[in-house]
Parts: sequence; structure tokens; C-alpha cells
Amino acid sequence: MSEHIVPVKVYVGVFLTLMVMTAITTFVSGIDLGPWNTVVALGIAVFKATLVVLFFMHVKYSPRLTAIVIAGGIFWLLILLALTFSDFATRGWLPSLVGT
Amino acid sequence: MADVQPAEPALQHQFESMEQQKEASSLGMWVFLVTEILFFGGLFLTYTIYRWENARAFADASRHMDITLGTINTVVLIFSSLTMAMAVHSAETGRRRLLILFLIATMILGGVFLGIKAVEYTDHIQHHLFPGPGFRYPAGADAHGASLFFSLYFAMTGLHALHMIIGLGILTTLLLMARRGRFTAEYFTPVEVSGLYWHFVDIVWIFLFPLLYLIGRHLH
Repeated sequence: MSEHIVPVKVYVGVFLTLMVMTAITTFVSGIDLGPWNTVVALGIAVFKATLVVLFFMHVKYSPRLTAIVIAGGIFWLLILLALTFSDFATRGWLPSLVGT
Repeated sequence: MADVQPAEPALQHQFESMEQQKEASSLGMWVFLVTEILFFGGLFLTYTIYRWENARAFADASRHMDITLGTINTVVLIFSSLTMAMAVHSAETGRRRLLILFLIATMILGGVFLGIKAVEYTDHIQHHLFPGPGFRYPAGADAHGASLFFSLYFAMTGLHALHMIIGLGILTTLLLMARRGRFTAEYFTPVEVSGLYWHFVDIVWIFLFPLLYLIGRHLH
């Protein structure tokens, strides 16, 4: 499976897609979409990162174990983000118990 | 047993096949990259919390970025990922001259990226945007929030640039190894795992670019 050699045209195709995505993300950032600006920017970034991981980093052609390790890493990152955000987002929901 | 010649000279005795050896190396590199995801993840987390609390100041501060230079650097870095992918491709098809050529191309592009970054840093510092005692911001604007933005900007791009510098060191080593003919179509693991590192650094920039350069662009 790892003997699979990715054709050059796949690399060039991925590169061109990344270029187009860079142009789109720069263009869209000039339009006021309110909170959606960040959503679009991150969506495009995730898409670009996925292309790099799958093709440039050969994960599409690697053993499934590699994908599981990466998914595990991203899951741990999501735990870090989710727990911290839930803390910051819910502060002030309850009256402070300090000094009452 | 000790006299038995291995079928492949580059095969370490603990592995059954070249393929297994290569997969083990790639997996090991990925385990390291997962620690890097969490390393940079902490900074992205900090960025998000402070941007949440200082949304307007972050957007305004982001307008001090030179979007042209940032976009050029994004293109340069993605192009360097292509040349790195082509270097790995040259190695696995056993073309040494092409491998050396693509390694040099990747190093040049990495150098261009760092050069442009240095120009940007110089510009920020001359405009008193480096956080600390020398930090100056227009009266009436949220200097505290802007200072937080620039702290994160310098920390995140600085750490990214440090990874690039280390990457250039790795590429130099690969170049010397390639010139000595250390890689064959059967054994090119250092090229492959170094490629993984280089692409990871590219991915970090793919996230840094919109979050640091573009968030204030739609405001007037």
C-alpha cells in the first residue's frame, strides 16, 4: 500500500486547488459577512489542510493506523478547545459565590 | 544467523520488510506531529479566547498587517510544499539529480518566506507594534487589546518561523545525504518523514494567515 506512488499531476492539481482557495479566502475576507467571515475563513483553511494531509502527506495512501493516530490527535485538540470554550462561554451564568 | 545477508542492505533487523520499516517511520513521525498539533493548538486556543474578549481590537490591529506580503508568503509556502512533495516523488522514483534540485528549490522558497517575514517584522517594530515598553498605539484606540493581538502574532508567527528555520536545517542535511547517494528508490525514509514535517509547518501557516491577516479586512 505504501508502495503507491502518487502521480505528479495529482500533486499539481492539489497545488492549483490550494492556490484557488487562497485567492478565495483573501477575496471573501473583504466582504462583510458578520460572524460568517470567520466561519468561511476557517472552513477554507480546514479544507486546504485536509488536501495537504491526504495528498502531500500521503495519508490517503497510508495504512489506516496512520489515519487513526491523526484522528486521535485532532480529537484531543477538540477536547482542549471544547472544555476551555465551555468554561469561558458559561462564566457569569451563575451568580458568583465568592464574597456573597 | 549472523552470517545471513539481509535481502535489503537498508533494512534494519527488527523489521520484516522495507514496507513495514517505512510505515513504522512515518507513523513515528505522525506521533511527533500530533504533539505539534497540540503545541500549536494551545496558542490557537489562547488566540480564540482573547479575540472573543477583544473582538474589535483584534480586527483593528489585524489591519496593520500587510495583506500583499502575507498572501505572497502563503503562495510561496504552498509552492514550497509542492516542491517538497516533488522531492519525495523524485526520491521514490530513484531520480537523485531531480531530488537534489527539488530540495534546493524548497530551501530557496523557505528562505524567501523567512526573508519576507523579516521585512514584516522590521516594519512592525519600526511602527512600535512590538508588545512591551516600546509599544505605541494611536490615542483613543484599544491599545491593550491590540497589544494582546501583537503578542499572539509575534508568538505564533515566531514559533512558526522557528519551525521553518529548523526545517531548513533538516533540508540541508537531506541535501548532503542525497549528494552522497544515501537514498535509493528502496530507501528514502528521511526524505519522506522530513516531507511530513515541512507540510505540517505549511498547514500551520494555512491557519495563521486568515486568523492574523484577514480578520479586519471587511471593516472600514
